Amino acid sequence: MSQRKRASNTQSSQNKGSQRWEAVLGDDEDDPSFTQPSTSQVQKGLDRLTPAQVDLKTAEVVQFIFVKDQKKFPIRRADIVKHVVKEYRNIYPEIIKRVGCVFETVFGLKLVEIDSKNHVYILINKLEQGVTASLVFPSNPKTGLLFVILSIVFMKGGVVKESMVWNTLKKLRVDQGERHEIFGDVKKVVTDEFVRQRYLEYVRIPHTEPLEFEFRWGQRADMEVSKVKLLEFIGQVRHCRLPG
Amino acid sequence: MSRPLGESHKRFLQTMMVNGIIDGAKARALHRHCCETHGAHYAHDKLDEFIEVINAQLQPMFMQIRKGMSEEDGLQYHALVNMAETDVTRMSTDYADNELELFRKTMDLIVDSDNGTASSTDILNCADSLQTKKLKKRETEHVLNRLVQDKWLNEKNGDYSLSTRCIMEMEQYIRMLYQDQVKVCHICHNVALQCQMCENPTCGIKIHTPCVARYFKGRTDPRCPACEDFWPHEIPDVYRPPSSQSETQSAAKENTAPTPRSTAQTRRTRRS
Repeated sequence: MSQRKRASNTQSSQNKGSQRWEAVLGDDEDDPSFTQPSTSQVQKGLDRLTPAQVDLKTAEVVQFIFVKDQKKFPIRRADIVKHVVKEYRNIYPEIIKRVGCVFETVFGLKLVEIDSKNHVYILINKLEQGVTASLVFPSNPKTGLLFVILSIVFMKGGVVKESMVWNTLKKLRVDQGERHEIFGDVKKVVTDEFVRQRYLEYVRIPHTEPLEFEFRWGQRADMEVSKVKLLEFIGQVRHCRLPG
Repeated sequence: MSRPLGESHKRFLQTMMVNGIIDGAKARALHRHCCETHGAHYAHDKLDEFIEVINAQLQPMFMQIRKGMSEEDGLQYHALVNMAETDVTRMSTDYADNELELFRKTMDLIVDSDNGTASSTDILNCADSLQTKKLKKRETEHVLNRLVQDKWLNEKNGDYSLSTRCIMEMEQYIRMLYQDQVKVCHICHNVALQCQMCENPTCGIKIHTPCVARYFKGRTDPRCPACEDFWPHEIPDVYRPPSSQSETQSAAKENTAPTPRSTAQTRRTRRS
């Protein structure tokens, strides 16, 4: 894994580590030279490598995905290939298969390709998440905010106008116009961060003047949040209290 | 023991990934919580075996859940450690080169010190003479805050020490880098940074402060275990955490169980 860092030595050390990572790892173009190898190519590739080599590469990809997953933004296949898999790209399908297996059998997570055209993955939690538990022991205050919004969308049948969400949040003393003590720029968190993380979809309503948007559940929410549990939570909580 | 993991194991592991390090009482409560949540067989004295099953699966990923003692309170902690890199480069995803250099220099100061701490003044002086790129005072304070938040360093009254998690994760590296220069506890044989030393110049053995508390407990005439000279230092009391008096009592405290977030995140992230 230390080879990865060597590649970024040309950057001046005044860049913060995380920025350096983004420059090296983030938002690359899809590597045009990578085409999915055939099954026979994969087999040939495997025959030339020792099991230990393949295991090590698998472990590196697992670590890489954990690091990239920190922000919960989707992970690009191109980045995995370019920065970790590298010369093992001819056995990529085998590696990613094993990586998926490790995530499920060891960590209870699932690597899901949410975009089969652009080859982008997210890592979701397969263990049932008690909605109330996540709120009673919140490690991330944004989770509370997210669940409130998911609840609003859910109660409105799966899609809700943006204005409705802001009106409801305002009653909870969360105002998109004001900087929130904990969430900061709330509008950015809700319409940008949560959307990039695939918890929410923020979609333009066509033919609206002035421009209006609506919220729906995102792919990650669909996969991770149990609607049954969410209903229980809504039933239990009469007054939603957000931190701050 | 390469058993496949049950949901209870995975939940335990996910919680470890979020928290990075948890104390023994929380670990026992978490063990119970995970087993009960998934209807797995639970025995309160089987935590070690439970963790061994997880570790067998983690080994190919170069990760382990390890037990270690805190030099601050002498309590046992469990930490998820990365075995792949035996250097500070494991942190390099989060820190710039000069920030890592500062951390290395802080570690040098701490290992070299008598009391296992480095003052902020000394660290600031280092910041001024970094080879990569100097850090200004405010930048240094910012980096130190992050290191504390990310659980690499502890801070008390302007003095910095290595966190329990840091020592556990970097013990091998510290031993390799500092060799004979690093102090080792005569009682538990682990790296000893916050410790007491025998004043006999021909002896000079070191004992962790909490190990001193345990070893000399109740003795009116404490003697060095190696040379039998009088042990001249103040013998601290054995630390007792306020909530628990006995093992079974703390295991029964269900509401102390930490739970994983609704989405798993690695421990490296503290700042969102």
